[in-house]
Amino acid sequence: MALLEVGALSAFYGATPVLHGIGFTLQEGSITALLGANGAGKTTTLRALCAMVKTAGQIRFAGERIERRATEDIVRLGIAHVPDGRGTFANLTTEENLRLGAYTRRGRDAVQGDLERVYGYFPRLKERRSQQAGTLSGGEQQMLAVSRALMLRPRLMLLDEPSFGLAPLLVRELFGILQTVNRRDGVSMLLVEQNAAMALDLADHAYLLETGRVVLSGPAHDIRRDDAVRRSYLGY
Amino acid sequence: MFQVLAGLATGGIYASLALALVMIYQATHLVNFAQGEMAMFSTYIAWSLINAGMGFWPAFLLTVGIAFILGIFIERIVIRPVENAPVLVVVVVFIGLLVILNSVAGWIYTYTIKSFPSPFPAEPLFGIRYMSAHQLGAIGVTLVVLAVLYVFFRFTPVGLAMRAAAQNPVSSRLVGIRVGWMLALGWGLAAAVGAVAGMMIAPIVYLDPNMMSGILLYAFAAALLGGIDSPVGAVVGGFVVGVLENVLGAFVIGNELKLSVALVLIIGMLLVKPSGFFGKVHVTRV
Repeated sequence: MALLEVGALSAFYGATPVLHGIGFTLQEGSITALLGANGAGKTTTLRALCAMVKTAGQIRFAGERIERRATEDIVRLGIAHVPDGRGTFANLTTEENLRLGAYTRRGRDAVQGDLERVYGYFPRLKERRSQQAGTLSGGEQQMLAVSRALMLRPRLMLLDEPSFGLAPLLVRELFGILQTVNRRDGVSMLLVEQNAAMALDLADHAYLLETGRVVLSGPAHDIRRDDAVRRSYLGY
Repeated sequence: MFQVLAGLATGGIYASLALALVMIYQATHLVNFAQGEMAMFSTYIAWSLINAGMGFWPAFLLTVGIAFILGIFIERIVIRPVENAPVLVVVVVFIGLLVILNSVAGWIYTYTIKSFPSPFPAEPLFGIRYMSAHQLGAIGVTLVVLAVLYVFFRFTPVGLAMRAAAQNPVSSRLVGIRVGWMLALGWGLAAAVGAVAGMMIAPIVYLDPNMMSGILLYAFAAALLGGIDSPVGAVVGGFVVGVLENVLGAFVIGNELKLSVALVLIIGMLLVKPSGFFGKVHVTRV
């Protein structure tokens, strides 16, 4: 079943259109990658899904139209956004950042359990739990952003370049964790990545964006074999 | 010694009002010039309730509640529409609010000075002769208010959400916080804290529509001394200003020039250390 269906979606910064009527679907339980060069509209697509930019078109989540809802209501449906630039609450502690991720949830014990779980995924965050989040390194803040999103127990995660600023070893670790979360908890993911090779390894399905339009789509392993994609985005 | 203790009592009141200023500053990045008039108006409400036969403490609690709701209304009705307007527009709105509250209070209650009862006995508490019972009581009330606010902001989910909304509205929306309501709640709390300050200072300065203009200046000085973005700084600044005002007023410059202590502090801090002693220095890349 399609968890997310996007039809004829346009997005604007002021009066300038950045997306020109794109359409895509995301199957429940899948990881779908959104690929493209800088300025192709990947980040804007994620922002449009969360009502952070002005949009036109249709967005259907779990069968419900959501394009007219406010950001905070979309979050309450179970869509967690790991934003571009990480969105750290710099003056709050690491643990406060994580607790905010579960702000809309009730049930103290479950939240506490999830806190221990993300500390299990990222022991570094546990070491820094009472430290001001703004003093964490870029990589640690990236882990924090992913963890904060996990604290929502989302149905769908929107990941904007989760590998940004991470050392290669950590990227592999992070992608491993994302895969675990996807397989074990059935969390669907829409993944925006510059690192197309890694994204295609993780994803089941991929869409290629160019200047605000979908130019190619298909199962990840087909996209990987596409000559144009290989030359432009995979570099071999 | 006596002057220092007296200073602590008024200082606590400046601290509360300064804290109210800081709370609104953190949410809007602007200083609410109408803070003092909001407190004055709440104090008149308390006066009406007491005159209608209510006991002091029930009237006190009811007034705090009414001030809280009025604060929320003011944010929703007056401040919300100018949320994204240029700074000067908002400042004009604040000043308009100040003038309106002042005139409405004068219109309803007249400009005649009224006395406001103190809830504390006339004879000294616990045999302490250096301070009147009201001064001691005002310090106690201030400390209770500060403790409640501390616990609220530190340990409750809503308090955490309010801090989050003030410092990073975009990320706050992304975790599902209703940022607009958090700002309104901040106004409500600031108004409630201001109401407490008003009711504690009124027995000392008496009740009239202009009672808070001087007090607000001291609170500005306190907030600037501590750093306009630092709640702890505002509290410390409040006590320091209270003591300075009293000691300098009694021994150095005389009571007539007391208010100029606040002005000198404000100008001095802005010139020498605009971020205050506890505030953060903001550096902007160009």
